[in-house]
Amino acid sequence: MHRTAVKKVVLEGVLDANDALAQANRQKFDEAGTYVVNMMSSPGAGKTSLLEHTLERMRRKLRLGVLEGDVQTTLDADRLARFHVPLVQVNTDPGFGGECHLDANMVRSGLPELPLSEIDALIIENVGNLVCPAEFKVGEDARVMVYAITEGEDKPLKYPLMFRSADLVLVNKMDLLEHLDFDLEQFLGYLDAVNPGVGRIFTSARTGRGLDEWCSWLENRAARARAVQ
Amino acid sequence: MHELSIAQSVVEIASRHAGGRRVTRIYLKVGHLRQVVPSALAFSFELVSQGTPVEAAELDLEEVPAAGMCRVCGAESRLESFPLRCAACGGLDIELTSGEELYVESLELEEHPQETGS
Ligand SMILES: [Zn+2]
Repeated sequence: MHRTAVKKVVLEGVLDANDALAQANRQKFDEAGTYVVNMMSSPGAGKTSLLEHTLERMRRKLRLGVLEGDVQTTLDADRLARFHVPLVQVNTDPGFGGECHLDANMVRSGLPELPLSEIDALIIENVGNLVCPAEFKVGEDARVMVYAITEGEDKPLKYPLMFRSADLVLVNKMDLLEHLDFDLEQFLGYLDAVNPGVGRIFTSARTGRGLDEWCSWLENRAARARAVQ
Repeated sequence: MHELSIAQSVVEIASRHAGGRRVTRIYLKVGHLRQVVPSALAFSFELVSQGTPVEAAELDLEEVPAAGMCRVCGAESRLESFPLRCAACGGLDIELTSGEELYVESLELEEHPQETGS
C-alpha cells in the first residue's frame, strides 16, 4: 500500500509537562506559606552535613521540613531523622540504574506526607549531580548550590547550566583551603563569568564558618515569603 | 544523564501528537546552552522509543547557537563561550535571544492514502 508522509507542526517544549507540574507544586507551597529551597550539588559536596547543621541551628527559630531525593543512599534520611522535623524521602525511579535528578512529579508524590502549613521553609535535597537537576524545576523559590572547593576551580565553566541557575552558592569545605591547590579567586572569576554577581557564602560544616550567614539568609527569605502571603 | 529524561519526554510528546499514526521523523530544536549531548540523546531515544508509535523514527536534532542582545549598546552578538559578552562593547549585561531552546518543532507522520487530501 502506498503511504505518504505528512508534516505536523508541534512546537511543544520538552520540559513543558514538568514545568506545569512544578507550577502546581509552587502554588501549593505558596498557599501554605512555605518557602522552598532546591538544594543541588555534585556527589560528596557535603550537602547532608550542611543540612544537619542547618536543622541543628534553625529548628527553634524556623519550622523546617526536608524532602530527601538523594538516591545514593537512605543513609541521608537516617542521618536527618534525629532532628524530628517533617521529612519525606522520595525514591527516584530505579530504572536504568537510578535517576539522576528530582523532577516535579517526584516532588509532588512526596507532598502528601508533609504538613506544609506547619513548615516555614522546606529544603529539597536534590540528587548529587551537576547536570541533570538544573533542567527540572520542582516548584522551588530558590536554588541553592553547594559546591566543595575540593572539586577544583573550573567546574562553573564545565557545568554552566547548573551554575547559571543557582540563586546562591555555598562554597563549602572552606576549612580545607590551606591544604588544597585551589585558587579561590580563579574559581570566583569563573563563577561570575557564568552567573555574574550570584550570591555566595563561604561555609564549612567542620568549623562552622558561614553557617550563621547561611541560616540568616534562609530565615530572611522564609520570613519575606510569609509576609507576602 | 538528563538526555534520558529528555528522550522520554520527546517520545511522549510525539506519541500524543501522532494520534495513532506512525512517526517517521521528529524535528527537535536544542539550544547550545542546554548542554545536551547529541549522541547520548540519540542513544537514549533509541532505548525509550521501543514499543511506541515513535519506534524507528528518525530523530532530527538541530542545535541552535547562543546569541544575545546587549542591554547597554543594543548590539546582537553570537555567544560562543562564557562569560557571555557583547562583541561590540564588551559588556556583560546580555539578554539571551537564542540558545535555550528545547522543543519538538514538528513531526513527520505516515498517513494512509485515503486520509490524505483532507
Ligand atoms: Zn554592547
